[in-house]
Amino acid sequence: MAMTIHVDIVSAEASVHSGVATMVFAPAAGGEVGILPRHTPFISRLVPGEVRVRTPENGEECFYVSGGIVEVQPHVVTVLADTVMRAHDIDEAKALQARERAMDLLRDRRADVDYARVHSELLEAVAQLRTLQNVRERLKGRG
Amino acid sequence: MAGSKEIRDKIKSIKNTRKITKAMQMVAASKMRRFQDRMIAARPYAERIRRVIGHLAHANPEYRHPYLVTRTETKNVGYVVITSDRGLCGGLNSNLLRTLTLKMREAQRDGMGVQFCSVGTKGSVFLKRSGAKIVSSINHLGDTPRIVDLIGVVRVMLDAYSTGAIDRLYLVYNRFVNTMTQTPTIEQILPLPPDAGKGVSKHPWDYLYEPDAKAVLDDLLVRFTESLVYQGVVENMASEMASRMVAMKAASDNAATIIDELQLAYNKARQAAVTQELSEIVAGAAAV
Repeated sequence: MAMTIHVDIVSAEASVHSGVATMVFAPAAGGEVGILPRHTPFISRLVPGEVRVRTPENGEECFYVSGGIVEVQPHVVTVLADTVMRAHDIDEAKALQARERAMDLLRDRRADVDYARVHSELLEAVAQLRTLQNVRERLKGRG
Repeated sequence: MAGSKEIRDKIKSIKNTRKITKAMQMVAASKMRRFQDRMIAARPYAERIRRVIGHLAHANPEYRHPYLVTRTETKNVGYVVITSDRGLCGGLNSNLLRTLTLKMREAQRDGMGVQFCSVGTKGSVFLKRSGAKIVSSINHLGDTPRIVDLIGVVRVMLDAYSTGAIDRLYLVYNRFVNTMTQTPTIEQILPLPPDAGKGVSKHPWDYLYEPDAKAVLDDLLVRFTESLVYQGVVENMASEMASRMVAMKAASDNAATIIDELQLAYNKARQAAVTQELSEIVAGAAAV
């Protein structure tokens, strides 16, 4: 049997996922990291993006996180997410709308807009859409 | 039949009231179960953050984050006051606010300034009336409080702590013990109580950090305090529902007792009226 690592994905409002995995991918501050069992202790901020959990049955589960912290210990990965969604729960229409709105605001350059906030909203929407796209592509590749 | 109609009307009106209180009791019972689930769902997050902070504090004894350091002098204190938005929940809010008032007087006697952050209508109204200094407030969180809604109001307090406008921050809420018991609780959240770092092994080791230890610890501590406040809000909501359920059950029971009493009075009045009528008829017949 392959070596496994325990994964917990929790947000303040609920525990979303808990189980074992052979590998975990997370969008860390310095780029995406892949975590294998017996990884050295590691802790990082997360940027908006996708967390992928590869299960021992060779399946893959995808989650979208809007940010947070990932903590790695040799046998446990903990994702402390700000908000987290299973990939297929992402509302594509809403994400597209959010992206459009944010881009419009950035283009207009009005004075009464909080640009830092709009920018982070844009990043989140784009990350959601990318997560969806990745999931679709993988499904296509498999089928 | 003097009085019997009035009594009948009264019985009817109390029966209507009982219907309402009964309905409120049922609604509160089902909502309470939901909030209890939410309370339990919120626990793993806080627990895990607590553990990570413990590790970090242990691995980096040289970096002391201001949230972890107790200041020698306390000039100003802040309270995050969590109350319900609606009434009709027994003595829940008044007990909490009484406890708070006592604590506040104590602080003022010691010459400390007091600032408030209010979550929930009842607390806001009370604090405004008593002329307290409210620096931020949020009302009408609804049935699904989200941590995003709380971040703003909590941030005001965290900033006040960082800039030194307050030296201590307390969380005031009703702790949900069980359906019958909810205790008004005042908890210190800043500086974090030292037991936040408990349960760490003696074996020395450290993380790899990205970007660096300080940034990660800062992020974690802010999130931890936010999750504490969120936990307080959810517990307070579960308490509110439990307390309302009990209060409405008592009200329904009282209504039932009153109805019984009135029914008895009504029967007596009716009986008296019938007797009187009969005796009048008999007397009339005798006179003829």
